Amino acid sequence: MAENNNLLVKLDNCGVYKSSKWIVRGISLEIHKGKIVTLIGPNGSGKTTSAKMILKILKSDEGQIKNFASKMAYVPQKINIDWTMPLRVVDFMKLTSHINNLEIVDALKLTGVDNLLYNDIHNLSGGEFQRVLIARAIAKKPDLLVLDEPVQGVDFNGEIALYNLIKKICSTLNCGILLISHDLHFVMSATDHVICLNGHICCSGTPRSIVKNSAYIELFGEHNATTLSLYQHDHDHSHETDGRVTNNV
Amino acid sequence: MFDDFFTRALIAGIGIAIIAGPLGCLVIWRRLSYFGDTLSHSALLGVTLAYSFSFNITFSVFIISAVVALLLINLQKRTKLAGDSLLGLLAHSTLAIGLVLIGFLTSIRFDLMGLLFGDILAVNVEDITIVYLGGAAILLILYFIWKSLFSATVNYDLSAAEGMRPEVSNFIFTLLLAGVIALSIKMIGALLITGLLLIPAAIARNISSSPRQMVIIATLAGVVSVIAGLFVSLEINTSSGPSIIVVALLLFIISLIPLEIKGQLQK
Repeated sequence: MAENNNLLVKLDNCGVYKSSKWIVRGISLEIHKGKIVTLIGPNGSGKTTSAKMILKILKSDEGQIKNFASKMAYVPQKINIDWTMPLRVVDFMKLTSHINNLEIVDALKLTGVDNLLYNDIHNLSGGEFQRVLIARAIAKKPDLLVLDEPVQGVDFNGEIALYNLIKKICSTLNCGILLISHDLHFVMSATDHVICLNGHICCSGTPRSIVKNSAYIELFGEHNATTLSLYQHDHDHSHETDGRVTNNV
Repeated sequence: MFDDFFTRALIAGIGIAIIAGPLGCLVIWRRLSYFGDTLSHSALLGVTLAYSFSFNITFSVFIISAVVALLLINLQKRTKLAGDSLLGLLAHSTLAIGLVLIGFLTSIRFDLMGLLFGDILAVNVEDITIVYLGGAAILLILYFIWKSLFSATVNYDLSAAEGMRPEVSNFIFTLLLAGVIALSIKMIGALLITGLLLIPAAIARNISSSPRQMVIIATLAGVVSVIAGLFVSLEINTSSGPSIIVVALLLFIISLIPLEIKGQLQK
């Protein structure tokens, strides 16, 4: 029964039908507290659509969704903020929740952009904006966090740091995480459950079992599938976003 | 103090400017200026209907504007036409229907100019009461749905995912816009209402760096435009509604100066 208490979302054979075709169909999955579920798949395979179904942005046209999450936070893949709106990072952080500046700064520190608190959001670089997006979602202290390609535009070292942060958040907040990612390396090293999507669920399971699956190999090619330990890159130090060196402990 | 027609005009105008400030900002952020135009054009139909059936004007305009707004949202879902085409379609057809209906009302002497440009100097105590009661209701509702509206303006999906229920607040916002047009048509007129919504907010955008600041400055700019516009119209004997808008335009030009200076400094 303990298993059931940790259940946040359960999709049972769900799908989205739009413009006389199924964008995704037959999606069944579960997300539990403290676990990371990753969706992978080629472009147009319905990853974002599935995420939107889980977030209740889109209705499922068949099947059943049970959502027990009390607070969800979302890092969308694409977000354009209109120039007509004057918006600073601090305003953006408060977008959907009432949090104080201290909590905001703490969250921004986690993603290394606390120095941007009063900057105009339109003047941030792509990577900086992505860090703000992630910080905003974390600051909400959600029990379900959905991240759609969260590290796009972030430099390589930053990427590793952010993925580590996501892993840490998952355990400190004991929240469930749904991650959409192209980064197979991270997926294989930190995810609890991988779902390989191409309009439907091609295959799913633990990262270890998935790389041996023929459907996965077909989708991502022999090369990616076999080079599981893609790139293990160990530094004795790391960099802050502004280039300062910090030693790893 | 309500005895004087000029004082009454000032009080009514200030009331409308205060309501228009925050709503105008949302209109600008959401790129709804044509939407405001369409609603105010359809307001003319509301006025003619009010005369035809001896209805309350404010109420009738509110109903017609709200119906047109909801019609628009519905049409957007059903047709493949772009939003601006649908807006034009609705704006001009409701305007035309209104003008055709006016033709039938031969028994009533119609002040068409007054309808198009408003007559703030003819405001009576009852009008003022309606503006302030209606305005208080609009601002109160706006206060409660602000976070939801604002987050949906920044990003609809994000707002929906995080439980802000943007579909509800969007619907209410549409009704509030219809409300502000109904409240102000008698005083500002169908053609100039969008001006009072847009220009103060545009002034504010030039000189503010946060959303709250923009709302406050827009409200102040609207109030200043109304006061200065009315005094100008009294002094040099021009029509009051257009004078208010002209003053707002002058303020807008002035608000460009800090932008210019900033641009020069950054070179």
